[in-house]
Parts: sequence; C-alpha cells; structure tokens
Amino acid sequence: MLEIKDLHVELEEEDKKILKGVNLTVEPGKVHAIMGPNGSGKSTLSYVLSGKDGYEVTGGQATLDGEDLLDMEAEERAAAGLFLAFQYPVEIPGVGNMTFLRTALNAQRKARGEEEMSAAEFLKVVRAKAKTLKIDADMLKRPVNVGFSGGEKKRNEILQMAMLEPKMCILDETDSGLDVDAMKLVSEGVNALRDEGRGFLVITHYQRLLDHIKPDVVHIMADGRIVKTGGPELALEVENNGYADILTEVA
Amino acid sequence: MALPQVNKVKQDATDARLAGMEMPDGAAWITEARTEAVNRVQAMGLPHARDEYWKFTKPASLVQPEPEAAALFHNDEGPLWDDLDRLKVVFVDGVFDAEASDDLAGEGLEIERLADVATKDIHWAKDLYGQLEAGEHGYTPRPLAALNTAFATDGVVIRVSGKVSKPVNLIYLHKSETSDAILHHCVKVEEGAEVTLLETGPAAARFNKVLEVDVADSAAFHHVRVQGRDHERRAVTGIFGRLGTESTFKSFTLTMNGVLTRNECVLELTGDDAVAHVAGACVGDGTDFHHDDTVFITHDAVNCESRQVFKKVLRNGAVGVFQGKILVKEDAQKTDGYQISQSLLLDEDAQFLAKPELEIYADDVACSHGSTSGAIDEEALYYLRSRGVPMQQATDLLVLAFLAEALDEIADDSLSEAIYARLEGWLERHAS
Ligand SMILES: Nc1ncnc2c1ncn2[C@@H]1O[C@H](COP(=O)(O)OP(=O)(O)O)[C@@H](O)[C@H]1O
Ligand SMILES: [Mg+2]
Repeated sequence: MLEIKDLHVELEEEDKKILKGVNLTVEPGKVHAIMGPNGSGKSTLSYVLSGKDGYEVTGGQATLDGEDLLDMEAEERAAAGLFLAFQYPVEIPGVGNMTFLRTALNAQRKARGEEEMSAAEFLKVVRAKAKTLKIDADMLKRPVNVGFSGGEKKRNEILQMAMLEPKMCILDETDSGLDVDAMKLVSEGVNALRDEGRGFLVITHYQRLLDHIKPDVVHIMADGRIVKTGGPELALEVENNGYADILTEVA
Repeated sequence: MALPQVNKVKQDATDARLAGMEMPDGAAWITEARTEAVNRVQAMGLPHARDEYWKFTKPASLVQPEPEAAALFHNDEGPLWDDLDRLKVVFVDGVFDAEASDDLAGEGLEIERLADVATKDIHWAKDLYGQLEAGEHGYTPRPLAALNTAFATDGVVIRVSGKVSKPVNLIYLHKSETSDAILHHCVKVEEGAEVTLLETGPAAARFNKVLEVDVADSAAFHHVRVQGRDHERRAVTGIFGRLGTESTFKSFTLTMNGVLTRNECVLELTGDDAVAHVAGACVGDGTDFHHDDTVFITHDAVNCESRQVFKKVLRNGAVGVFQGKILVKEDAQKTDGYQISQSLLLDEDAQFLAKPELEIYADDVACSHGSTSGAIDEEALYYLRSRGVPMQQATDLLVLAFLAEALDEIADDSLSEAIYARLEGWLERHAS
C-alpha cells in the first residue's frame, strides 16, 4: 500500500539533511509503528508524505498503491487516500469545525469523481461518529481546534479520519497529551477503522498506545533512518530499556 | 512647510469646483442650510493631499469639477436581497426612479424624497438637514460632506415612529459612464422606534453621499450597505450619527471593487448607555482598488459602548486605508471602546495604511485598539489542503474566516447570508 524507498529529505531553507534513506512498506490491513528518539525525523517523514512545503526530496520515492505521492499536491494526496493525524493539530479561527469537515469530505469526493454528500446525510453521519468519540455538538460548531484541549484536538483528528475514511492513515504522536480515558477513546476510534483494506503507520514514543492499538510491525527510527525492524516485542524492549541499547547495537 | 502655497492651491481647487455647481431651488430653510454649507466649504477648503486625514487617499478626483468616467462592469449577479420583503427606493445615477421604486409609504415610518421636502415651507427635516454634518465634530473638517449638503439634488427623508415592518432599501443603479451624483439622506428614529436601512449598488461614476441619522432615546438604527461592482467608480460617503440614551446604532459595509472609496463615519454618543457598532469588510484585487475607512466616534455620555471592526483583504497592488479615532470626553466615564482594523495581504504588492487613534479625557474607561497586517496562515492552509481542500478553496475559506468578525456585526442572518454569497461570487471571479 504505502511504499517508501530510500527517501532522502533536506530542509529547503537551510542545508540540513533530515531523512537519510528511509525504507518502509506498509501492507493493506497492517499496523506499523515507528518509535524513535526526539528529533530522529518521524514527524518530518509524515509531513513529507502528506505534502507540507519547506522540504526538499533529494532522493528516493514514495508511492501509495503504486501512485507517486511526491508528485502530487497535498490535497491530491488526501483525495488519493492518505491521511495524517497531526502531532500538533492547527487552530483555524473563523472556520467552523462542521464546515471544515464537510468541505474536506466533499472536496475529496469531487476530486475522485464521486457524488457529494448532502448536508442532511453529512449531519447524520458526523453526529453518530462524533458521539462515539465523545465529541459534543458544541465542539462540532466551534472553529476548528480553537480553544480545544490537547485531548479534544486529538479526538478531533480521529473524527476527521473516521469521516474521510482514508486508505492509509499516519498518526503522529496521537497519544501525546492524552490521559488514560482519552487514550482509550482515541484507540477505540482507530481500532474501529482497522480494516483489511486500510494501512496504518503509528508514530509514538510509548508502548502505552501500542497496548491499545496492536501493531504488526515495529520500526525504530534514529537520525533519519529506520535502524531496526521487528515485531511487537521490539516496542516492549524500548519501553523497558530505552533506545540506548538498540542504538549501540546497530551503530 | 509651504502652507500659504497649499492654501492657495486648495482655494483655487475649491473655487473651481464651486464655480461649476448649482444650488437646487428650495424653501427658505433649506436654502439657508445650503448657503451655510457653502460657507463652510469655503472656510475649510476642499480636501488636499496635504490635509491631515487625506495623507493616504488622494482626494483630487473627488474634488475636481468633472468626474472621471467609469465603465459599467457586468457580471451575472441578480439584485441583492431580491427575495427579501423590503421597501425599494431606486436612484439611477443619482436620479430618483419612481417606476422602479415602491410607493413611498410604510408601516411605522414616513418617507419622502428630499427633492419634495425641499419645496415645503415647514418641515421637521429642517432640524436635521446639514445639522449633524455641520456638528460638533470640530476636530476634523469634512468639506466634501458640506459640499454635499450645499448641492445634493435628492435623497430620502425618513421619520420612524414605531416598529417598521420591513427594511428600507436604497438601491443605487449606475447606468451612465460619466454620472456625478450627490445624494443626501436624513433619518430620524424617534424614541423607542427601530428601523433597518439597506443601501446597495455602485451608484454613479462619482458619488457623494451623506446620511444623517438622529437616533432618539431607546431607539435603534440598523444599517447594512453593499458597495460594489464597478471597478472605475469613485465614492465619498459620510455617515453622521447622533445617539440618545440607551439607543443603538449598528452599521456594516461591504465594499468590492471601486478605484476609490472613502467611507467616513462620524458618531456622537450623547445619551448614557448608548451602543454604537461600525463594521466594514472589503476585498480588493488590483491597483485599481483603493478603499479608505475613516471613523470618528465621540463618547460624550456615561456608560456607552462603541465598537469598530474593519477587515480588508487586499492583493495585486490593492490599497486599504483605515483611520479610526475614539474620543472620550471628560465626563464620559465607564466608556467601553473597542477598535480593531486588520488587513490580510494576499501578496507583497498589496498595501495597508492605518492610523488608529485614542484620545481619552475621562479616567474610568476601558478602551482598546489594535491594527494588524498579515499574510495568509500557511499552517492553516496546509492543514486544510492535507484534508483534501484544494488550494483556491482553502484560501477562500481562510479569507472568509478572516472577514467573519466584521460580518458577525450583521445581526440579521437573512441579510448576512446574501452577503456571504456575494463575497463567494467575488472570490470565484477573482480566483488566482
Ligand atoms: N522546519 C524545520 N526547521 C528546522 N529544523 C527542522 C524543521 N523540521 C524538522 N527539523 C529538524 O529535523 C529534525 C527532525 O525533526 P522531527 O521530524 O520533528 O523529529 P521527530 O518527530 O522524530 O521528533 C530535528 O532535528 C528538527 O529540529
Ligand atoms: Mg515529532
């Protein structure tokens, strides 16, 4: 589904290499986790895949179902089925959450040549999905992420994911800033979307999230590369011993 | 400073303009008001680029004897608020169109043409016509408004005594490329009464309009205006309002296109607990767009609230100007004054010039003002696009979001929906 081959990325503004040859393949129906120390390039990978400006790809490729992702505009990647749950969801004063969601959903449908969802249908669907994530009517009406708590922002990301039904979901530290209850809600939201046709790439620091969202494969990223890949037990090893052992081992 | 020289230039320009003007015939009271206005024009001189409040906006084309021609610009938009039940009063290039207008009669109000009122020996408008324009707002001269009082050919004179069943809509059609229109309206909202005045249309190649509004105790005046369409039109408009105790004055203006628009608003809060909100939104694309909001609000009573919210979206060399002042007189304690003027510059060629001022002589007041200029929020744009919203649509969403604080000042949803639709139409036509 998602195939990343020898991806090299630098910052556009300054001469700084961040990704130094990332290789990664996520198969449909699978959950891959990426762990790694701060600053290793995890968020950069998610930004480059989703089409954020400011990064220059100097080598390698990334495809989604065989389509060249790096050649598409951010909105085209979304319409092609890629979704990034942001580590820091953006506040947009003046744009209502519902308006935002409906605009996004229908823009994607339009781009794919599908029929737009009617206002009534949309309302029904969004209310039902919001309810399972304990997102109340007020949060739906408020401007996008404005005045939301950390946990509310993350739940709002999952709501967007649930509405947009992407093929490939990337979650960047969706667990950070969540208390135990919110973590459960978010994980349930993600698990509800698990499906044999859908791939997940879950970026996290903690085993905690992976207790709820069970990964099939765990990767360790350090200094812009995937340095080790294993099964769920790799996450436990990180939890118990930190990254130090793994990093010395691969060095 | 070469002041004597400027004065000479001003005097010559003023004389040249006055020489071409003809004072309309009328009863003694209005001729007197007009003559006084001519005297004021002569004393002040018409505006010159050196004048304190004309530094950002060149007044020459508004002052010169003949107007610059303005081509008519066609788009396929129908009339605004077409399905709204309203009392239509139509002016074509400043000339009243009886055919196109509704009967000048409505529940809760008396409405007459200024041209008719001017012939009457006795009329209540005597106490209003030219009076607020001439008023106490002595700190800055308004010579183009005085010129209007002196030479306005028509307008409406409205007295509101109860709750009016439908809004009055002044519709200004522009059909002649060389029209030079001067209209003057007077509105008296009597104690406890309430009215909504709508103004729409490009009006004329050059338009000078004054609106004097006297809002009595506990009365309410709502005003929503849409100036638009023709790129080459020029307008200078003045709103002069006086607010009584516990009265409300709310005005919103949307401006789209126009090579020169100067909207002045001068309000005096003279009764305790009065509320005045003045808001404006404008969108400008190109060097043929220059928009100027100049607002002066004087607090002269206790516990009053005033709010100025002005938002401008500019690109491709469009220029926006905001000059706003809150003056709080010595006895105007407990004043709550707020002023925000912001521009969203969609590229580096657009320009926003602001002169926010606070002048406060009372000690127990809460006044704040802010003025900002910024580009589109790249993070927000990326977030929207990452959810599948195409670039243009995402930009438009952020533009509308930026304008929302001003549009929120329109209390009536049925009015604001149509205004959003107009803005969306404009954004579509101006997609980059
Ligand atoms: N826009 C940027 N400007 C400057 N440095 C950046 C930028 N984006 C990423 N970096 C740097 O790249 C490295 C990787 O960052 P990031 O991808 O956020 O790591 P992680 O998500 O793994 O913590 C860090 O050293 C970070 O400071
Ligand atoms: Mg990160």
